[in-house]
Amino acid sequence: MTSAVPGLWPPTAQEIVFLLLGAVVAGSALLVVTTRQIVHAALWLVVSFGALAGCYLVLTAEFVAWVQVLIYVGAVVVLLLFGIMLTRAPIGPSADLDSGNKVAAVVVAVATAAVLVTTVVDGFRTAYTPLVPGEGAAEPLGRSIFRNWVLPFEALSVLLLAALIGAIVLSRTDIGGKD
Amino acid sequence: MIAAAVIVVLSPFLAAVAGLLGTRRLWNDGRPPGTVDPAVYRRAAWIAVLPTAISTVLAIWMVAYLWTGGALPRGAASYGGGSAFWSQGLPGVVQGTLSVIGTGSIPITAGLRVDGLAALIAVLVTVVALAVQVYSVGYMRDEPRYPSYSAFISLFTSAMLLVVYAGDLLVLYVGWEIMGLCSYLLIGHWWEDRANSRAAVKAFLVTRIGDVGFLFGIFTLGFAAGSFRIDDVIGKVPQMSTGTLVAATMLLLLGVAGKSAQVPLHTWLPDAMAGPTPISALIHAATMVAAGIFVVARLYPAFLGARPTLDLLAVIASLGMLGAALAALAQDDLKRVLAYSTISQLAYMAGALAAGSDEAAVFHLITHGAFKALLFLCAGAVIHAVGSNLMSDMGGLRRSMTITFPAMTIGFAALVGLPPASGFFSKDAVLAAIEHAAAGPGPLTDAAAWLLYGCALLTVAVTGAYATRAWLRTFFGESRVHSVALPEPEPGVAHVWDGREAPASMLWPIGVLAVPALLLGFAGAGTLEWSTAAVSLLVALLGAGVVYAAWRADPAADPARVLGPFQVPCRQAFHVDAVYSRLFVAPVLWLARVVARTDDTVVDGAVRGSGSLAVGASGLLRRLQTGNAQLYLTGVLAGVLIIAVGAVVLG
Amino acid sequence: MHVVYPAVLAALLFSIGVYGVLARRNTILVLMSVELMLNAVNLNLVAFDVWLRDRLHGGQVLTLFVIVIAAAELGVGLAIVLAVFRNRQTVEIDRLHDLAEPDDPGGEGPATGDAPPSDPPAGGPSPDGPMARPQGAVPARDGAP
Repeated sequence: MTSAVPGLWPPTAQEIVFLLLGAVVAGSALLVVTTRQIVHAALWLVVSFGALAGCYLVLTAEFVAWVQVLIYVGAVVVLLLFGIMLTRAPIGPSADLDSGNKVAAVVVAVATAAVLVTTVVDGFRTAYTPLVPGEGAAEPLGRSIFRNWVLPFEALSVLLLAALIGAIVLSRTDIGGKD
Repeated sequence: MIAAAVIVVLSPFLAAVAGLLGTRRLWNDGRPPGTVDPAVYRRAAWIAVLPTAISTVLAIWMVAYLWTGGALPRGAASYGGGSAFWSQGLPGVVQGTLSVIGTGSIPITAGLRVDGLAALIAVLVTVVALAVQVYSVGYMRDEPRYPSYSAFISLFTSAMLLVVYAGDLLVLYVGWEIMGLCSYLLIGHWWEDRANSRAAVKAFLVTRIGDVGFLFGIFTLGFAAGSFRIDDVIGKVPQMSTGTLVAATMLLLLGVAGKSAQVPLHTWLPDAMAGPTPISALIHAATMVAAGIFVVARLYPAFLGARPTLDLLAVIASLGMLGAALAALAQDDLKRVLAYSTISQLAYMAGALAAGSDEAAVFHLITHGAFKALLFLCAGAVIHAVGSNLMSDMGGLRRSMTITFPAMTIGFAALVGLPPASGFFSKDAVLAAIEHAAAGPGPLTDAAAWLLYGCALLTVAVTGAYATRAWLRTFFGESRVHSVALPEPEPGVAHVWDGREAPASMLWPIGVLAVPALLLGFAGAGTLEWSTAAVSLLVALLGAGVVYAAWRADPAADPARVLGPFQVPCRQAFHVDAVYSRLFVAPVLWLARVVARTDDTVVDGAVRGSGSLAVGASGLLRRLQTGNAQLYLTGVLAGVLIIAVGAVVLG
Repeated sequence: MHVVYPAVLAALLFSIGVYGVLARRNTILVLMSVELMLNAVNLNLVAFDVWLRDRLHGGQVLTLFVIVIAAAELGVGLAIVLAVFRNRQTVEIDRLHDLAEPDDPGGEGPATGDAPPSDPPAGGPSPDGPMARPQGAVPARDGAP
């Protein structure tokens, strides 16, 4: 495989697209964690997740991309918006969205990034794979799930049920403990 | 037969247990604290007296058994022969072994061994103990702690009998230590007074110094002989090297000096008079202090093999007998007079032992036990009547105390050595032994022997002087008794008695003891050496005469003024206590203070410092416990990163 | 396609999520940051699945599972946030410090000492009190049919 590896530079067209989408992902994610308006953070999250779905498409994982769009962009962000609304978060800019832990957080985050990027670059500098369209389509993925991954899938459904019941018990105020 | 010996030892012990456990009032019947329930008192008295009586009867029977079992018809007839009179007159040996306790090296034999010497001393012990128990019934009336007091006397009796009957050196040591404990407990009987408990502690500590040496002496002998059985040890003495014998006997001598209150460990005995007077009679005059002499007599072959020890013993005895007699001459406290007299008389016995005559020592031990117990019991009766220990508060008592006076006169006569009292014969035996050692070939070097002889003769004179002085100051002259002015005594002073003479329970023992004190000496009359007796009698009368002349000149003044400038040093017992205090007590106290301060600052400081260090560190660390989960998470992630980087870099 | 591109992107995304979790006060924003971190993991899973050409499609299947679990987690998490909000009238994470050392004169940690509550949420008692259950919860429970 290494014999056919092209260099990192110049990037191929796919890679250029991926890098552009990646820049959007990272940039909007950065805005999510830095914006002063809590609703904007949710909206930037939509952008970030959407661009990430694009990244999945470039990586030929189309089914994952659509699930990402459906669940994350569709359901999760809406859920978050409900949460923002129900907790009466201030609409509009507020100065105190960041805690006093900010400096330490920056240090730790930068250190994490440094360690991870160093490791990843060091480990996968020469890893290369040609992209084959259709690998991650719904049909092979579905076959794989229902042939090889049935048991985890069923377990996951139980987990979902438990989460559903838990969320209901937690949110309803007329179900109390034995006190 | 050994069963009788066991009963002799055990019955006072059981009495002590019963007295300690069974005489407590378990419920309060409404009487105020500090008063005596008559029923409890009576019960304790019976528990105390009966077993001692049983022991006495059995101990006497023991002697009779050994006597009839012997070849010779009369013990006294053979006295003065080549070997000691008790082995001639009471030749049998009764012994038995309960069990042999293995120790890994030399086993300990838990057994008793009764020979003539042991049987005789046991009779002395039990008779005096019985007399003292009966006497205490009257003396300690109205005493709230009488049950424990009598139980301790029983325990002491048992321990002393164990010492006497022991067939094994370590068994002997057990009894030896229990005696010391009882002595401590009983000296401090009136512990409410600080001085009494101090005296008790002093007695305990000083005898302890000696006991350490004693224990190691036992070890030395035991290891040299390969056995702790007394028979084996004595049997192995000829095979031991002189060095071993000298070391062992020197160590034993330390214990003997501690227990028998010999120089230089004698200072506890006068202070021990803080205890009740019957205790002084039993423990600190007749029996326990004689245990040291007894042990030397018991192991006498070992001492005979160690000439330097005997020389040292002679010097100790010389210093002790003369110094203590001089101190006795200057004391005002009647009991202290008797205490110093005890030291002096014990030194006589030690001198006899040093001179090579153990039979003279034991003879004097027995007669001394009788007449000194008698003297102390009489002194107790006098003190009881007067309410004071001081002779300057007495005088003229011969008219009121019609029984105590003649009894105490007999005692003093025996102490001085006037015929026909017992002390005359026994002291003559001692002096004769010393004279032989000085004049002829003996175990002693000439210098030590002559020093001993000179001191002994001088002491006879001084003994006559102090005995006469005490007798005159107590019973003659004008009465100095403050009949009304005496306050109700503190605990520690005998109770004031409204009648002039003591009660019957106190008089009976006095009367009973007066008989052996007077007559016991005739057992040794056959061997009286008339020349020595005449010299000593003359010297004693000389000493007595000087005091009598001084007293006649001025009956109100203290005849001790004949000492002239030496009166004060004699009264202070030559400042030995002060010297010890300067030499030993002060450095030890200083060291104790240093240790206490070190403990306080360094050891406790380290403990406290670690505590405050932990508190300080936690004071810093608790600031991290802000409850802010983000801060915790930051720490966790930073830690993970550091570990990851470390694993990569170092791994 | 070089694997290093998605891998580096995932690393950056994860670090951004770390920063958000550590620096944001609002609990919902913290949840968003957690989602960012989960997505970083998803990206890695997809990229390595593509690179390794896994016959079972383990990476992508696992991505789907993670998405499902993330949705469930978010649901439960939001329910918890709402419960906290009902009890405390606040969702600001640095004011939920019941685990702090009590009665310390200087006890406010560095993280909370300089961030006093500038505007307490509308309506409701002071949330600074200890575990005292605010009045809002009990009547609501009683009143809910």
